Amino acid sequence: MNIIKARAPGPLTPSVSRARPWLRFRPTGAMSGRRVQRFRERAIESLLFLAAFSSVVVTVGLVGILAYESIPFFRRVPLSEFLTDRLWTPLFADPHFGILPLVAGTLVTTAVALVVAVPIGTITAIYLSEYAPHRMREAVKPFLELLTAVPTVVYGYFALLVVTPALQRLIPGLPGFSMLSAGLVIGIMIVPYVSSVSEDAMRAVPMAIREGSYAMGATRFQTAVRVVVPSALSGIAAAYVLGVSRAIGETMVVAIAAGMQPNLTWNPMEPAATITAFIVQVSLGDLPHGSVGYQSIFAAGLTLMAMTFVFNLAGHLLRRRFREVY
Amino acid sequence: MTKKRWLIVAVMVIITVVALWSGAGAQQGPVVRVDGSSTVFPVTEAVAEEFQKAKRGAVRVTVGISGTGGGFKKFCRGEIDLQDASRPILSEEMTACAKQGIRYYELPIAYDALTLAVNPSNSWVRSLTITDLKKMWEPAAQGKITRWNQVRPEWPDAPLKLFGAGADSGTFDYFTEAVVGKAKASRGDYTASEDDNSLVQGIAADKHALGYIPFAYFEPNKGKLKAVAIDGGKGPVMPSLDNVVRGTYTPLSRPLFIYVSAKSAARPEVKEFVNFYLRNAAKLAQQVKYLPLPERAYAIGQERFEKGETGTAFGGHAEVGLPVEEILKRQPKQ
Amino acid sequence: MGDLKTLITRRKRFDAGFRAAGLVATLVGVLILLALLVDLAADGLARVSWQFLTSYPSRFAAEAGILSAWVGTSLVMLITALAAVPLGVAAGVYLEEYARKTWLTDLIEINLANLAGVPSIVYGLMALGIFVYQLRLGQSILTAGLTLALLVLPIVIIASREAIRAVPGSIREAAYALGATKWQMVRDHLLPYSLGGIATGVIIGLSRAIGETAPLVTIGALAFIAFLPPAPWQPAFPFVSFEWVKSPFTVMPIQMFNWISRPQQEFHVNAAAAGLVLIAMTLVMNGLAVYLRYRFRRRVTW
Repeated sequence: MNIIKARAPGPLTPSVSRARPWLRFRPTGAMSGRRVQRFRERAIESLLFLAAFSSVVVTVGLVGILAYESIPFFRRVPLSEFLTDRLWTPLFADPHFGILPLVAGTLVTTAVALVVAVPIGTITAIYLSEYAPHRMREAVKPFLELLTAVPTVVYGYFALLVVTPALQRLIPGLPGFSMLSAGLVIGIMIVPYVSSVSEDAMRAVPMAIREGSYAMGATRFQTAVRVVVPSALSGIAAAYVLGVSRAIGETMVVAIAAGMQPNLTWNPMEPAATITAFIVQVSLGDLPHGSVGYQSIFAAGLTLMAMTFVFNLAGHLLRRRFREVY
Repeated sequence: MTKKRWLIVAVMVIITVVALWSGAGAQQGPVVRVDGSSTVFPVTEAVAEEFQKAKRGAVRVTVGISGTGGGFKKFCRGEIDLQDASRPILSEEMTACAKQGIRYYELPIAYDALTLAVNPSNSWVRSLTITDLKKMWEPAAQGKITRWNQVRPEWPDAPLKLFGAGADSGTFDYFTEAVVGKAKASRGDYTASEDDNSLVQGIAADKHALGYIPFAYFEPNKGKLKAVAIDGGKGPVMPSLDNVVRGTYTPLSRPLFIYVSAKSAARPEVKEFVNFYLRNAAKLAQQVKYLPLPERAYAIGQERFEKGETGTAFGGHAEVGLPVEEILKRQPKQ
Repeated sequence: MGDLKTLITRRKRFDAGFRAAGLVATLVGVLILLALLVDLAADGLARVSWQFLTSYPSRFAAEAGILSAWVGTSLVMLITALAAVPLGVAAGVYLEEYARKTWLTDLIEINLANLAGVPSIVYGLMALGIFVYQLRLGQSILTAGLTLALLVLPIVIIASREAIRAVPGSIREAAYALGATKWQMVRDHLLPYSLGGIATGVIIGLSRAIGETAPLVTIGALAFIAFLPPAPWQPAFPFVSFEWVKSPFTVMPIQMFNWISRPQQEFHVNAAAAGLVLIAMTLVMNGLAVYLRYRFRRRVTW
């Protein structure tokens, strides 16, 4: 351990000066010792603060650009219509600007994805952390993380060409584009987000706590579920946050496999469009960039950020309740 | 492996990279920047490839796919030299270009024929009139016209499954204008997709399906789909190379354009590229399964480019069903 | 006594049952990934060849290749990693160790989760306005790298925070007890032990970035480019050139997306082959992080 540096420049023993020869040139007088150290500490703290502040800057930038470009849109479309109209057809000759169909599409697809990812991811994490032998764990973990490396375009076509026909055999009458298919594939894609980060959190729980539990006669399952998981809850919650965020923000899979038709429905077996798919469709499409159809994507993006903010606020308050300190 | 071995491997890798990269990336010539529609992209890619080969790498061409809208935005800011467009320039974009002082040449370079395709086991449809199509696709049909016999009583009483382009695409705009009479006026309850391949798949899988796809996607899938002859008022016409070039497949032949910035055209490499484009588009378009314009059209385009006649013949909004010679007869205006 | 026995047997059965369930759950993920890879390989493996890796895009599927694409991806990811990793870890360290727990830090935490959920295309739109136009960085590799770094930043920060949070307080206290300053404690005691979790965040983040299409198309990544960015050295002093960061470029996912949208089947084969190469590239990119993580997790002895 490198505790030796903590001492103020003191006797320069031969072993120290051999290992770190630059210490021979250390400063003296006003430039030495505690003052320099304090200055350095402050400087480092400032640098780190700037790094953390960058996330705030990014948010301001994002919200800023979304809000700025949405202003002309909201001048043309009243907010009440935006929030209550049940049709979203901003690009048609008879435009409707109700955001509800896109919101429904986003929520349903995310829900399907979570139904897949949360159980599989959590159980995988518990298994790898508590049950699996070390070799298996270190081999499976990067392999699962490879799931995040597959380009989303591939997932989209996987959903369209493999998953949908398979589902159509199970559920006759399932249309060629559906939220179910897209949601399932997104769920598989985010399993590593949930499992890898949870598993890291569980591994970091001190062995002493586990041993205490085993000493009391608990089975591995009881230890895992009653002792390790509550201790690692903060990390597991962060894993869920990452997973949900990824699912909400997913673009390509939905654009390819869920169809492009905004559809206000809570039935996952129908095609629908999500907010993200709509934004991609329009921004890379043939619409002129000053039109109200184009501006609608910024309003949609702003809505998405508002939605995620509400969810994350709720999640944060819930986590606050259950934070474990040891 | 020890640290020393890692170091040796790393140095060898770096040396290999240096050697290969210096060899490959040596040219530093001028660049012609193109961006815009992903529909026109295959043609422009073919031209760019052949042009670079002909110039032996002395001039480089880059092509992007930001979409017609995104491309015009960049074009009107002077960031790109050529714009691929699947529709004419619209009034908002004309204003933006005028504001920046960008004058442009509007040059049609190929045709895309919108093909109405049905499943091969569809035995009842031989041809469709524009009235039939309008009945199927107009906004009023939403929720109401859901069976084939509602369009024509002699057709079977079977569900009508419609497939088509997404509402942000030039294909959608053109089709709705040609069929319904008003751009973007369409029913909402059809299977829309950005990806024409999935439309092909959808139509091929459903016996009662009908959809409109670009000819370039019909051609390679001739075995899986059946094209329908369109009666534009002068009898049913099948989409084919001859019919489109002759101008009889109306109104669903839509012209594809490139817009060239006048400022960029002052540069010799851009001038050469545009001339090369117009001279070779007919042959290259066919190679990528698009349809060429009649010979005259390219000649007129080159004349216009030589003479410096900038502007658009469309006045800021799209028009359908116009044969290319008609478009080229008009005097372009800024 | 008999009561206790039945209780224990039941618990043990439960335990065995969960062990089986855990194995199944893990295998589901593994098997689906294998299915995807086999699917890709069946279509594309035959196409991966020296010619494919060293040719430029072309309208002829048989002549088309991914040279400009994989070089572009490598350079863009280099910038992304250099930007996102130090920034993300530094932010995570600050938020976890230095920041006072006020409502402001809570807000930042919620905000980070929000940022992780913003669709990538919105980052692209913002980057177009700020990097390309305001800062005049142009439609270049630098802009692409920075855009993806912004995308990946929240993931790295969140994972780093959790990794640092998971180090037991006793380790921190031991360092302080011996007279270490805060930064010394962080650098010598905290970071080495949290490197495993940080590596996971980096792996997940960079894997996501390498597969992104939409934001890069928005900032001006190309679909056809038949030359490489200029090499990072030059014959004159100072021998290092940064011309390549300002160069136009393309990336692998864009080529894949372009090819898979074409009607001809041969292009779909190309797309599958490109997908395999991309996954291989991701493995190489993550390889270092995975190796470091393996070594460091062995050291976690508490």
